[in-house]
Amino acid sequence: MTISAPADSRTGTRVYADYGRPFWMRLLLTREMAVIVALILVIVIASLEVRRFGTTTTLGFLLLDVAPILMIALPMTLVIMMGEIDLSVASTLGLSSVLLGILTQAGWPVPVAIVACLVMGLVAGLINGLLVTVVGLPSLAVTIGTLALYRGIAVGLLGTTAVTSFPAFWTGLAQSKFGSTGIPVAMVLVVALIVVFVALLHFTPFGRGIVAIGFSTETAHFSGVHVNRTKVVAFMLTGLIAALAGIYWTFRYGSARGDNAMGLELSVIAAVLLGGVSIFGGKGAIHGVIAGVLLIGVLQSALRLANVSSDVINIITGALLILSVLSPRFLSWFRSLRFRRATPEKQKQ
Amino acid sequence: MRTFLRSRETGILAALVIVVLITTIKNPSFLFSQDGFRDLLLTPSILVLVAVGQAIVIITRSVDLSVGSVVGLTAYLTGRLFIDVPGIPIIVVFAAGMALGAALGLLNGALVAFGKVPALVITLGTLYAYRGINVLWAGSNRVNASDLPKDFLALGTSALLFVPYLTIIALIVVLVAGWYLRNQRGGRELYAIGSDPDAAQLYGLGVTRRILVAFLLCGALAGLAGVLFAARYGTTNSQTGTGLELQAVGAAVIGGVAIFGGSGTVYGAAIGAVLLLTINRALPILGIPDFWQQAVVGTLIIGAIVLDRVLSLRLSRQLISEREVSA
Repeated sequence: MTISAPADSRTGTRVYADYGRPFWMRLLLTREMAVIVALILVIVIASLEVRRFGTTTTLGFLLLDVAPILMIALPMTLVIMMGEIDLSVASTLGLSSVLLGILTQAGWPVPVAIVACLVMGLVAGLINGLLVTVVGLPSLAVTIGTLALYRGIAVGLLGTTAVTSFPAFWTGLAQSKFGSTGIPVAMVLVVALIVVFVALLHFTPFGRGIVAIGFSTETAHFSGVHVNRTKVVAFMLTGLIAALAGIYWTFRYGSARGDNAMGLELSVIAAVLLGGVSIFGGKGAIHGVIAGVLLIGVLQSALRLANVSSDVINIITGALLILSVLSPRFLSWFRSLRFRRATPEKQKQ
Repeated sequence: MRTFLRSRETGILAALVIVVLITTIKNPSFLFSQDGFRDLLLTPSILVLVAVGQAIVIITRSVDLSVGSVVGLTAYLTGRLFIDVPGIPIIVVFAAGMALGAALGLLNGALVAFGKVPALVITLGTLYAYRGINVLWAGSNRVNASDLPKDFLALGTSALLFVPYLTIIALIVVLVAGWYLRNQRGGRELYAIGSDPDAAQLYGLGVTRRILVAFLLCGALAGLAGVLFAARYGTTNSQTGTGLELQAVGAAVIGGVAIFGGSGTVYGAAIGAVLLLTINRALPILGIPDFWQQAVVGTLIIGAIVLDRVLSLRLSRQLISEREVSA
């Protein structure tokens, strides 16, 4: 019986292959760089080939459209890097939107209503986090439950009606752009969030704890990481940002509905996984995720402008996701093949 | 008798009986009118099929999120076959639908088994891809009841001695799948793989082959559900079956199929599916707008998994204390 080389890309073969290469080359070989290169390629090709793609109008709509996915993808990265998952984000977004609509209709000042929505988001995330940690349930099952629960409350509160009257100042803020650049004002918020989450994941003990939990929960626990506390905080962040995205969504479309952003959770998770975050946890980076979100957004917008029916886009998104998770497997298989051929004597021993 | 009272399915069955009882007391026609009784059996039948397939996959510690898209594709295939091939025998349409479902399931299984990537990611991808193919194929066309043969539509709505055909089909599938999982070597191996994939591999079980079979069965059942969907509702378009995957996973989880594999039965999943859809129909009668259905479902799912956790903790404690006594 022959024992094949371990397929995991973290194991020996990969380490030897990387050893001795200069830093810039190692950087270029990372998963995140592959996504970024793909993103740049798509942008260049689309600007050259697709009419009206390289305009500020396109840029504006593109950024307005990807903003909610981009926002939620940031905390989702933390959750997935811990080896957990949160399917309830789109429902939290919808609930936040409904709450905002009901409260403003009841005459609450908008800033107070916004704070109430954010608190609701924190509570929604807290419930997820406590069920996962204290009760010890798998997050996939928990968040399928809260996906239905939060969406159910949202739809139950408003039914099929919608709240559409919001102060012009707030809807304007969510839709307006910086002069003729086409860049939406809301991107300030998104960029601020990106900075916060990059700092949080890559430069704080909290972030290192998340990576450690993703590698091995037990090792992290014995190394002094407060596993449960870290998990609860990550889920609360996800709830908070989902609620924030709900507020943005409501003002952007000027409409609070129970079924807002239905199914968005799958787009967010697809983008995060495309960006190189491992579903097993422990591996990933924010810049990859941002590139992943933008790659899907740019591709979809370019294909739509090129009059490719919006149907092909689904196929491409799905295929892209599958390819992206299978590619490391192909690569490691290819590497192990080359490794074996290069050192036949060692293999015989 | 004691094993019956103790089994996980009993609790969920009791919940179902209570829901039906209360609703019937409130409005007797819920159960005692001919339509009421028929709908009670007919409405959940399609979800039961999908939930049984889903349960088989979840037992092996995987999950298949693409079932909603598979149902949509086969439902549209059913309509197209009747339109494009006039006079095609109904049995051939059933075979074609299940074959397409099985092929799509096999593709999922192959990607999961050979790619060594979690099924969640793979089937999330195929969820998009299959739906995309469906939209590409159907476009804005829809198949209407007038395009389908009378016999076929009758299959979806009529009954044999008050029991709808759909329910009979679903029941047969549940019983056969339940028997296979409980009594056959292949079925037991699915549980073994779900409990501990590495141990199953070391023990020499054909893990890859079993996972392929599980996904194939799940796809074939989703295909059957798609054909029956066309028969039941008469109309299908590119969006048929959207969101069904979460209902199916929810039904399995409510029915006591542990999401981490290795435990649960297809009977539980089937009862879970019936409970989900019965609650949906009971709510308006109980004076609650059916907008609240999802909230009830969510609470149920969470309640079921919490209960599952409590029971399994108690069981493991019991086993430990028994071991200490005997030693």
